[in-house]
Amino acid sequence: MGRYIARRLLLTIPVLIGASFLIFAMVYALPGDPIRALAGDRPLSEAVQAQLRAEYNLDDPLWLQYLKYVGGLLQGDFGTDFSGRAVLDTIEQRLPVTARLALAAVIFEALIGLTAGILAGIRRGSFFDNLVLVTTTLIVSVPVFVLGFVAQYVFGLRLGLFPTSGIGEGWYSYVLPGLVLASLSLAYVARLTRTSLAENLRQDYVRTARAKGLKPAVVIGKHTLRNSLIPVVTFIGADIGALMGGAIVTETIFNIPGLGRAVYDSVLRQEGAVVVGIVTLFVFFYIFFNLVVDILYALLDPRIRYD
Amino acid sequence: MTERPPTDRATGLATPEHGTDQPRTERAEATLEAEVAGSPAIEEASLWSDAWRSLRRNPFFLVGALLLAVFLVMAAFPQLFTSVDPRSCDLARSAEGPSGSAWFGYDVQGCDYYANVVHGARVSVTIGFLAMLGTLALGIVIGSLAGYHGGWIDSVLARVTDIFYGLPLILGAFILLSVLPERGVLEVALALVVFGWMTSMRLVRSTVVSVKEADYVQAARALGAPTRRILVRHILPNAIAPVLVYSTIYIGTLIAAEATLTFLGIGLQLPEISWGLQINSAQTRLRDAAHLIFFPSIFLSLTVLSFILIGDALRDALDPKLR
Amino acid sequence: MITTSSAMSHPAPLPAPLPGTPVLEVEDLSVEFRTPKGVVRAVNGISYEVHPGETVAILGESGSGKSVSVQAVMGILDSPPGFVTGGRVLFEGRDLLGASAEEQRAVRGPGMSMIFQDALSSLNPVFTVGHQIAEMFRAHLGTSRKEAKEAAIELLDRVRIPAARERVNAYPHQFSGGMRQRVMIAMALALNPRVLIADEPTTALDVTVQAQIMELLKDLQRDTGMGLLLITHDLGVVNEVADRVLVMYAGNVVETGTVDEVFSDPSHPYTEGLMASVPAVEDKGKRLQPIVGTPPDLSRIPSGCPFHPRCPRRVLEGAPPGRNCRDDVPLLLPVGSIGRASACHYREEVLRARRTGTPA
Repeated sequence: MGRYIARRLLLTIPVLIGASFLIFAMVYALPGDPIRALAGDRPLSEAVQAQLRAEYNLDDPLWLQYLKYVGGLLQGDFGTDFSGRAVLDTIEQRLPVTARLALAAVIFEALIGLTAGILAGIRRGSFFDNLVLVTTTLIVSVPVFVLGFVAQYVFGLRLGLFPTSGIGEGWYSYVLPGLVLASLSLAYVARLTRTSLAENLRQDYVRTARAKGLKPAVVIGKHTLRNSLIPVVTFIGADIGALMGGAIVTETIFNIPGLGRAVYDSVLRQEGAVVVGIVTLFVFFYIFFNLVVDILYALLDPRIRYD
Repeated sequence: MTERPPTDRATGLATPEHGTDQPRTERAEATLEAEVAGSPAIEEASLWSDAWRSLRRNPFFLVGALLLAVFLVMAAFPQLFTSVDPRSCDLARSAEGPSGSAWFGYDVQGCDYYANVVHGARVSVTIGFLAMLGTLALGIVIGSLAGYHGGWIDSVLARVTDIFYGLPLILGAFILLSVLPERGVLEVALALVVFGWMTSMRLVRSTVVSVKEADYVQAARALGAPTRRILVRHILPNAIAPVLVYSTIYIGTLIAAEATLTFLGIGLQLPEISWGLQINSAQTRLRDAAHLIFFPSIFLSLTVLSFILIGDALRDALDPKLR
Repeated sequence: MITTSSAMSHPAPLPAPLPGTPVLEVEDLSVEFRTPKGVVRAVNGISYEVHPGETVAILGESGSGKSVSVQAVMGILDSPPGFVTGGRVLFEGRDLLGASAEEQRAVRGPGMSMIFQDALSSLNPVFTVGHQIAEMFRAHLGTSRKEAKEAAIELLDRVRIPAARERVNAYPHQFSGGMRQRVMIAMALALNPRVLIADEPTTALDVTVQAQIMELLKDLQRDTGMGLLLITHDLGVVNEVADRVLVMYAGNVVETGTVDEVFSDPSHPYTEGLMASVPAVEDKGKRLQPIVGTPPDLSRIPSGCPFHPRCPRRVLEGAPPGRNCRDDVPLLLPVGSIGRASACHYREEVLRARRTGTPA
């Protein structure tokens, strides 16, 4: 197990380097002049432009720029934006917001998705099963930003139940955006649970459990569910990383000052350092949670051995 | 020697051989011959006809197909749905609500909204198909390369896939589009291909790997069939079903992704007519002109829904085990 | 019996039967599967009894309905699509099919219990074997976790699994095929059931291990006096361990009697065919004669005698009235000595033909 984790950690290094270089190259190598964008309509003298270029290493070849950037990263330096503010500051300020949003989303995903999936999977073909099938199909079909507007309109403007913008009301502010961010995964969790449960109900060991004279609740709630939940739990775990990276749309619609919103603003302002820093962080979280899930898998399924 | 309850037999999975009085051994040899000679062809034939039979009875498929037909016609011939020019506007009617003469009301510029929404179908459908074809092409090339050769090529490509998986589709495409000087239909499709090819690659790769190991392909190889022939005759037919299911559902995802990017202001630009742009320019009017968000959202969601319904139905029909 | 375990000092909560009552009585049991492609009649009115200490074998090819019939008896038939459409199942004189689900459940484990063919898939992969055995005590007797585990160790020891105390914490996949089947047996015997149903218990195992498992089952039966209902397609196993045998074909019992009588003197052409398809020492050098054709599709059982399309002795043209193999369904009727029966229009002829050594 220890050796497996070590090997997996080693494998993540090239992926992390590759991904961050990919982002770096996109932001810095492609056409578009950040200095001019920064200047906007104000004319900047050649001298000032040159000074800025030197300051941000913009005249170096791409690979050197990248090396300098990584060198900084290793010392905990994510660089600064054009106003001189450290990117790390922005991250420190915004990460808790995005983390809370992702946490709210995961809770909804697990609670609603699992419940719907289990109830549907136990009684396949029932009214509730069909309801879950239809509902999840609809949720998957409606793009997240549209769902965001619907949620704002219905729960915010019409019913006045939840705030539709900002995080001024503490945890309560995260309910609606959390639900919207979770929607796609929630539908997937419901379907995965349903399929997995139905599949496991057909297994021989379920027949054995019934032959042992166990109560139906134990046959399903213990023997079947314990096996059915393995793929679901691992999906939810891996999804935490994906949710953080996917928060850009939700944070924009609900005007939530998290990392996604920061990326959105920085991309439009061509603040390369901020974009590269935050997106690299997203990739790191994605890889990290996938690794956690791999380890979780071994704990949940005794048949998995990593040597 | 497993004795299964006859249910499995009744679904057509088990007993292809009842009613014959042929001795066991002869029949076994006959089957073996058929497998070496090209069993995929035989399996394929019944797979597709069975699939078609179950599709025709599936209400979800019928609804999806009907919706898709409507939106495809709308994309190709918007004039069939409206005779109003979407670009003839009257600012005096800005954001007027729906009425008898203008079913969907007027947009902020005072243009007929129904005509605009109808004309929005074209770019969505175009980008969906374009990006799907690009995704598929990239997926097939990289996937068969990795799957057929294996070894270090496979490992390197697997890492490259991991790298791209680390960047969510919307986020990656968002950044890429932000640095491109032009943002038209082609650019948006390209961005979606660049950050979305990985799943189709893994799908093709796993099919190639599993078929490569299959007995009948080993047999064909032992008999000296050339590599390309094996790929074309044996591997591709096996990959069609999963790839078809995946691409159908994925077009829906791509259409939603395009609308999202455009809505975020980084996809298609004015004066293009698109649902994403319509929702974008109406987003601040949720309080007083919700219909401006409502109508393009409905059209967009129904288009995505049509692909997902068809894809789900196809998967159920082509892979009875998953039902 | 495990006497040292305190768990076992509480008898299972079942009333004592009248002396002489069969532990299990199945009367005219019918099972069908209702599928989208039509009704499959898997079991068509079979009857048998199992007495304490007795071994009854149900012999048949795959698809003959033998597994389905015992699943119905155990009350673990998948329903839908499976439905018991008729008959009675009496456990120590009490009808189970009419009983409530809860009463049926209480019988499973302490009254009847079952082992399956594929122990790997039949054991839950994510629980230790000790947990799965201990569960019997905990669920039915409310035994404490610790005591149940001790009882599980004793059981593992009793089915001759070496180092039981260490192995109790292992998972099913960490055992070999034979050892896994022993775990299944330990689990099934945990509550000293009055009857054990063994569904192809040795089919998935190596030949040498098969013999060990059968020997273990016989020994345990001798110790406990339980009835044993053995489902198998293996004539050798039946011959070695069973007292009486039911031969099943296409959901029907075609012949029944003591193993000695049925095997040495079949009165049904299907049983004859089965005997002829097995290598015997005295027939060394002769060709084996397999039964031609394949078992019928249970959704399309042939008319008349279900075996007639494959039967070498069938009489179609010029048959006496009521005895045309294609048109008339043969009933399971007495033949030869007491307790024997055969569902063949020509059972007497089959018996006589074999006795005189002339082909029919």
